[in-house]
Amino acid sequence: MSLLGPSPTAVYKGPFTEEAATRLLWRAGFGPRPGDAERVSKLGLEAAVASLTRPSGQAKLVGKAPHGAKNVPLDPINVWGDDHCWWLDRMVRSDQQLTERMTLVWHSWFATSESASSAQLMIDQNWTMRRQALGNFHQLLLDITVDPAMLLWLNGNENVKGYPNENYGREMLELFTLGADQGYNEDDVVQNARALSGWTNTWSDTKGPIDFRFDPTLHDNGVKKIFGKRGRFDWKDSCRLAVTHKWHPSFFVQKLWGYFVGADLPAGTAKQLERAYVSGGYEVRPIVEAILQHPLFYEGPRLVIPPVVWTAGMLRASKQTITTTNWAWIASLTGQVLFQPPNVSGWDYASWLDTARWAGRLWAVNTALQEHTLSGKTYPGGDSETNAESYQTAIDFWGGRPLSKVAAQHLLDLGGRISHGQNQTWEQVEFRQQRQNAFRNLVPMTPDWMTA
Amino acid sequence: MSDTPNPQVSGPQNYCDGFARSQMVRRVLATGKRPVAREWDPRMPIPAGVGVDRRHFLAGMFGGVAMVYGAERSGLTDRMLGNGIAQAASLQSPNSPILVSLFMQGGLDSLSLLAPAGDPLYEKYRPTLAVAPGSGVQFREDPSLTWHPSATSIGNLHNAGKVAVFPGIGYGDPDLSHFTSRHYWEVGATDASLNTGWMGRFLDVYGDASNPFQGLSMDGQMNPSLATAKNPTAAIDQPNNFAVYLNGVWGDASNWTLETASRLGDNQRHSTDPAIKQVASAASEVGIVRRSLKPWSNASTVSGTDSTSNPGAVYGSSVTYPEASAGDLPGRLAGLASMIAHGLPLSCVALTTDTQFDTHASQTATFNAGVQLVSDSLAAFQADLEARGIDDRVIVHVWSEFGRRAQENTSDGTDHGAAGTSLLIGSRVNGGMVGEFAPLSQLDVNGNQRENVDFRGVYCSLVEQWFKKDAGAVIEHASRFPRYSLIT
Repeated sequence: MSLLGPSPTAVYKGPFTEEAATRLLWRAGFGPRPGDAERVSKLGLEAAVASLTRPSGQAKLVGKAPHGAKNVPLDPINVWGDDHCWWLDRMVRSDQQLTERMTLVWHSWFATSESASSAQLMIDQNWTMRRQALGNFHQLLLDITVDPAMLLWLNGNENVKGYPNENYGREMLELFTLGADQGYNEDDVVQNARALSGWTNTWSDTKGPIDFRFDPTLHDNGVKKIFGKRGRFDWKDSCRLAVTHKWHPSFFVQKLWGYFVGADLPAGTAKQLERAYVSGGYEVRPIVEAILQHPLFYEGPRLVIPPVVWTAGMLRASKQTITTTNWAWIASLTGQVLFQPPNVSGWDYASWLDTARWAGRLWAVNTALQEHTLSGKTYPGGDSETNAESYQTAIDFWGGRPLSKVAAQHLLDLGGRISHGQNQTWEQVEFRQQRQNAFRNLVPMTPDWMTA
Repeated sequence: MSDTPNPQVSGPQNYCDGFARSQMVRRVLATGKRPVAREWDPRMPIPAGVGVDRRHFLAGMFGGVAMVYGAERSGLTDRMLGNGIAQAASLQSPNSPILVSLFMQGGLDSLSLLAPAGDPLYEKYRPTLAVAPGSGVQFREDPSLTWHPSATSIGNLHNAGKVAVFPGIGYGDPDLSHFTSRHYWEVGATDASLNTGWMGRFLDVYGDASNPFQGLSMDGQMNPSLATAKNPTAAIDQPNNFAVYLNGVWGDASNWTLETASRLGDNQRHSTDPAIKQVASAASEVGIVRRSLKPWSNASTVSGTDSTSNPGAVYGSSVTYPEASAGDLPGRLAGLASMIAHGLPLSCVALTTDTQFDTHASQTATFNAGVQLVSDSLAAFQADLEARGIDDRVIVHVWSEFGRRAQENTSDGTDHGAAGTSLLIGSRVNGGMVGEFAPLSQLDVNGNQRENVDFRGVYCSLVEQWFKKDAGAVIEHASRFPRYSLIT
């Protein structure tokens, strides 16, 4: 029985090994928990993909609720950084991993920053994106176009009859639906802004921006000409014209592909995905399912795991949950703070690492090891633990994901160096602790562990 | 995130849209990206240095992060760069001159910095913002001028003969755009298409092919004044704001662990897989510079700084700087003094003020706090250099893209002007006044002060008198500009 129906594109036929499952779990989720790779690999490719793309019912958050120091619960609306930790916690604990991952895709796609609004409005937007995580792109575009955080971020609330503000109208075409200068011109931008006019809000001295609404008296009801079509278009028409534009499907599949696969999208595959996208009525799920089964997903080059995904993955692999709100400022060192994308075009997925961010990731490892650093008078591994056993203990601490030969050899050499000459009884505990701590610090920092 | 372009600044904003936009575009460009159309105005000149490849470096002496620009272009490997830094440090004469450029961003109101207090015309133009007579240090060369009370420490340095003041600096046919005027000052020419900084060109001609620290930006990203065409330069934030730290591993083991991470990076950085390569390269670069600059790492006992501490103490200085909570500038200058003292091979250094002096509204609060911070930080830096015995090697050039309109506006602020005030500070500086105060009775058609000193003439004079090199190789049409006696 076919779970997913025929894919519009080629399907990976190779063995669905634990390694392949690991790749799927990192790219379509936030990394495997201990045992996940083996379990998912046994499902086979199609069932594995279906388990991600077709979850049933409400998402469940598995494990301990998040909290900050001294068990203080998170207050994502009022406390700086707690919004980041709130979503990071969902990434760690949700049993609908792809839903969270697709929500992150939309957050970067429709990159909105809370600097223009508030944590409350950003979290509202986050739920809007989550609802359409694997839903319908046309509906998502409609929802986002009038989303309060977006109205504030790209001045949609200031775009009124007679005083058009082109900000959203331009980015909608350039970044969200068509691509820079693909099938539109400056005049289309101006006319699109007129169509989008009419949204406004009220300012409350106590509550901030409230009561976002469409006010017909602020809408420019005149005839517009967009993409060569004429009409008294409004914001719904604007969204419809954009998604039905002949250049939209290629933009959409290209952009979505790039979030999941390191190899270029072959022209033939692109055409197949575009046709499926249009004939499916702009449904997202079938396109994601095709991408997750595509041979290039498994056979193409690796991808650097985005910082927040990698951070969630460390916690999942080591069976931890959020126990400190330090994750918020550490996120800024690693180069990815949730609800604060660098600009309206989102994060640069091609460039996650430089020396500063590498060091930021080491801070993240430190934080993940806060409660798992060995010290004190005894060493749980005992006095007879070998270098290789200590190494394996660290690998297992991080969920058992094996490293490449070259990485393993570098770590084993380090262990040998730390233990060299430590022959006195009083030295035994200390060096064994240091060796284990050094391994635990390095495993998630290896190129193997930081990519998938 | 400090580099987040933020078109919707929440809260009160008293600088103009043009300034906000130019800041945003520059931040985006500095990341190597194309600005989105909303931000971009094709009339804006592209800042110098855009498009130059960037490489990140860890400056091991304090564990600071440096971005190295232009290494790829000149075919340098990281190891060569690291060796180059060490070699340049060993070859550089202990007395080699260092020029520090401090940009007071946004257009500083020079009529408040150095005010014709008591002049009826001044009081007519500035009914609410005028500096009162006797409220600040009297200007030595012209008693009709008064330093703003927030600039007292600069006034005192000037009286001590360590500050040259250019009260009417600018250029003919002034451009009132932040973006354009700043660009002119950065590239050292009224040329919107020039894409190397004036100090960058100096380093291309007279600098070193393998020492990125010769041109050091301390803004956390490359300062366009330092944009080169071929030689490498570096960018750091503050030398101590970054540390590589391991939980539960210390001493030699900590060092070996970090080396292991970087060796693995060395081993895999030429991987054919681009993702492996990206991670490995970062790890490798962290390690190479740690090793190359090890002599400095051992010389430093820098620990972290909290927001209220004296940055001077953090960097082993005997001088008290303004508190770190006031802004980045004190810490950066304290770190700079320490880097110079430790023999880092610097030549040109560029910094930007924390404060944005684009005071279109409610000028007093922004200006007073900003000028106080800059003045006190610069005075502390000078005292620090003197205490360390390296003051003969360093001069600081303080500039802004333009001054502000003589007539204040109706929002208790001032709009964009033309000629402004520059300062040159240091023990070797020929203290005094260069040019003259631009009289308020002879404003230009826009109601702005006219320039009587051309900034390009100052650049030429600095190249010739401070670096003792030919200005003609650095500044276009150098022979056309007058020279000023700036160095004793």
